[in-house]
Amino acid sequence: MVLQNLQNDFKGSNWKHEIDVRDFIQANYEPYDGDESFLTAPSARTTMLWDKLSEMFKVEREKGVYDAETKLPQTLDTYGAGYIDKDNEVIVGLQTDAPLKRGIFPRGGIRMVESALKAYGYELDPATKDIYTKYCKTHNEGVFSAYNDDIKAARHAHIITGLPDAYGRGRIIGDYRRVALYGTANLIEEKKRFHKRIDIQEFTEEIVRCREEITDQIKALKQFERMCASYGFDVSKPATNAREAVQWTYFGYLGAVKDQDGAAMSLGRVCAFLDIYIQRDLKRGILTEEEAQELIDQMIMKLRIVRFLRTPEYNDLFSGDPIWATTVVGGMGVDGRSMVTKTAFRILHTLYNMGPSPEPNITILWSPRLPQNWKNYCAKVSIDTSALQYENDDLMRAELGDDYGIACCVSPMKIGKQMQFFGARANLAKCMLYAINGGRDEMTGEQVAPMYSPIEGDYLTYEEFMPRFEQMMRWLAKTYVNALKIIHYMHDKYDYEAFEMALHDGDVQRTRATGIAGLSIVTDSIAAMKNCKIRIIRDETGLAVDYKIEEGEYIPFGNDCDETDAIAVELTEKFMEYLRQHRTYRDAIPTQSLLTITSNVVYGRATGATPDGRAKGVPFAPGANPMNARDIKGAVAALASVAKLPFQHSRDGISYTFAVTPAALGKDKDAQKVNLTNLMDGYFTPNGGQHLNVNVFDRQLLLDAMEHPEKYPQLTIRVSGYAVNFVKLTREQQLDVLSRTINNCM
Amino acid sequence: MTKGRIHSIESFGTVDGPGIRFVAFMQGCPLRCQYCHNPDTWDPNGNCQYELTPEELVQQALRYSSYIASGGVTLSGGEPLMQAQFVKEYFQLCQQEGLHTALDTSGAYCSGRALEALDYTNLVLLDIKTLNPQLYPTLTAGKLENNLRMLDVLQERGIDTWLRHVVVPGLTDDDEWLNKVGELAARFSVVKKIEILPYHTLGKFKYEKMNLVYPLEGVEPLSRERAQEIRERLSAYKPCS
Repeated sequence: MVLQNLQNDFKGSNWKHEIDVRDFIQANYEPYDGDESFLTAPSARTTMLWDKLSEMFKVEREKGVYDAETKLPQTLDTYGAGYIDKDNEVIVGLQTDAPLKRGIFPRGGIRMVESALKAYGYELDPATKDIYTKYCKTHNEGVFSAYNDDIKAARHAHIITGLPDAYGRGRIIGDYRRVALYGTANLIEEKKRFHKRIDIQEFTEEIVRCREEITDQIKALKQFERMCASYGFDVSKPATNAREAVQWTYFGYLGAVKDQDGAAMSLGRVCAFLDIYIQRDLKRGILTEEEAQELIDQMIMKLRIVRFLRTPEYNDLFSGDPIWATTVVGGMGVDGRSMVTKTAFRILHTLYNMGPSPEPNITILWSPRLPQNWKNYCAKVSIDTSALQYENDDLMRAELGDDYGIACCVSPMKIGKQMQFFGARANLAKCMLYAINGGRDEMTGEQVAPMYSPIEGDYLTYEEFMPRFEQMMRWLAKTYVNALKIIHYMHDKYDYEAFEMALHDGDVQRTRATGIAGLSIVTDSIAAMKNCKIRIIRDETGLAVDYKIEEGEYIPFGNDCDETDAIAVELTEKFMEYLRQHRTYRDAIPTQSLLTITSNVVYGRATGATPDGRAKGVPFAPGANPMNARDIKGAVAALASVAKLPFQHSRDGISYTFAVTPAALGKDKDAQKVNLTNLMDGYFTPNGGQHLNVNVFDRQLLLDAMEHPEKYPQLTIRVSGYAVNFVKLTREQQLDVLSRTINNCM
Repeated sequence: MTKGRIHSIESFGTVDGPGIRFVAFMQGCPLRCQYCHNPDTWDPNGNCQYELTPEELVQQALRYSSYIASGGVTLSGGEPLMQAQFVKEYFQLCQQEGLHTALDTSGAYCSGRALEALDYTNLVLLDIKTLNPQLYPTLTAGKLENNLRMLDVLQERGIDTWLRHVVVPGLTDDDEWLNKVGELAARFSVVKKIEILPYHTLGKFKYEKMNLVYPLEGVEPLSRERAQEIRERLSAYKPCS
């Protein structure tokens, strides 16, 4: 490593000889256990920039997109430098040549680009279309050349949805800190070394692919150097001060969002890392607190204006322009020291300096052992902004150590050492209905799944249902896994993330993440079958289309009832086991999540009536939530139910979205803070829940925001796994949020 | 074996005592307060969600020990002291488990078993309906003496007490009588706090469901500003929230 004498300024040893950002952090960061009183207001420059952007947001909200590219495919260095207002920017770099202008990524799929442009009144340049139709194959074309009938039918019927088969798969977090710590020259040397290491006796297909990929990575790093040079920075050498460290790290992230339009483009874990440089400059007297905050504010501001061009159908699934620039903050080190630094506070403080915002998706890694001052501050920010999500550090650290981040909403991965093959989710509620109807779709009557034997009697019994459901889940798992094999094979082939992977170790570990939607519906339905007499209502073709509970009642999921909750646990385990029966692409470790984001509304729309009493078309509960308003024993009992879901069989995350009115959280601000921190301490025990979205608002406020969106441009709420501008949700999604259990007091 | 008749459970109680509390609302109440928002808890033989032994309820509370460690458990109602034996046994078990116990009562029962229950009570949330002796019977269909006798007992035994007072516009928001609540609080050293509970109409739908006449038809909820003003006024006597 050539470190420009920086090795003498910083402690630690391993990081000086090989790539080991964690070692650098652990040897140099300073835990902070004080309060927020040191924080400063935004600089005049920051405010000026944010005001300018806020005006542009208004136009964007009206038009849908502010501006879009119609010709040049986006790569790292398609555009030269772009600015919001050069003189006021201390951290620079835009995705395209102008703020909020959306680039195009035809390598993912040209049809998606064309229809997205069309939806907003733009036309794709014919030459570009020609190139990606005639001369150059896309990921999307590759995928559809290999899909079989089974997969196409499942996709069409919405039993498997959200598959990344027409755009970037995302959920890969480059270790953007490596750019700052080492500079690209060192990174390129390391990649060359790895390339030599895999020059072995017998080349397998995997080794050949890997050798090609490493070469592509080196090429991408060089392209990245050119991109940074256009802004006047030489990133081949390590960052030497705080401003460079923030700038280099942001450039790393910017490179990723210039190169890929992945579904989730997360930032990772930067707060303790950046804090080291900031502390050093503060001590040397070359940086003031105001300037430190300005660096963080302006980095965060840039994360708030990352945009991708999506089709209206995509927005229907994932509303409000999410890009999941997820950044984890806080957590504990494996040595027992808190990893909360002043920069953790500075990052949260951006929500005051520039107002609330859904991006970046700020994720607090919680442990009951974190400093009380920090916990109180997090609670305060949650109560004021509803913009934070929380995840259980004690649960995840055991397996992932203390240098992991969260991709997207709830997917933990070791930074720079692990990546995932993202696989959206399957609709388990629909699978249940297919089991009853022998593979026919309850909405269309079409035969989608194999013609297994349907339930023919007038009543639905557990004994008849369960073997059929198991059979149908096995079919679903197989179909789903095969689809993902195709998608990721093609993505590697036609839309490989050379730059993001350049910021990973050569021998990266891969996971393959699937997901389930509708867990609480299926759980409640099975609880109903076990406890009630359910009559099946059929249409004229004999298709079961509705259910009537004639006798008995059941206790729904979310009331801490062991009998019901055991069903949810068993389902999670069972489906995961069926997934594990299959081989995976590139030997990825299979995982799954219980997460829907805002797609719970679309899933509901596509799913017929269910035996639990849910009517046709009614939205699912988000993520692993109990069905809306069925949790009647209060929030703690609901959390206790969700905490039973086994993380080891849902390693890619278990999302729970919690909403509470300020009054129900406590009588005054202080009580509210205390109660919220105690709630988190209670939930995030070492074997407790994994994730908690915290919303603190009154229903009245949301109703007003629906009527007068112009009054609430920055109203942020947490939906399953991410945050969103409430006013950017579709009306249907807004109504869904209102129908959820909002814990209030009588 | 004692069994408690429990109307409902709130596992995330934040307004009935300090911290996060596991609150059980007991079925049955001898009073008929005009502003009551839980008329479905009145009838001691009415429909209730659970019938549990004290042991069973403690086991439920202990499931949430990581949440309620710095809060505790609360029995509310209805009037919990209508099932005083249950309260006593439940609180005794809770205290053995190290849980803080709070009793939300109107003091309608103040003898025998009810007093034994206080042996295991860390905090009493005593609802002062009104100090106006003329108003008390029409407001509650109960007796003011019981209300006040309970406070004497609590003082005698040194049990921490929060006085609660529901303020209904036109009924209990008279400044003079409100001051008397403050004066009462000031006289008793066990009273640590006064809680003003603004009248709201969220319970009205229950009357309709139960085919009962809503006694406060047309009365508006107490405004936020007025509640704040009252809190400031009573802060002169004891901390008031």
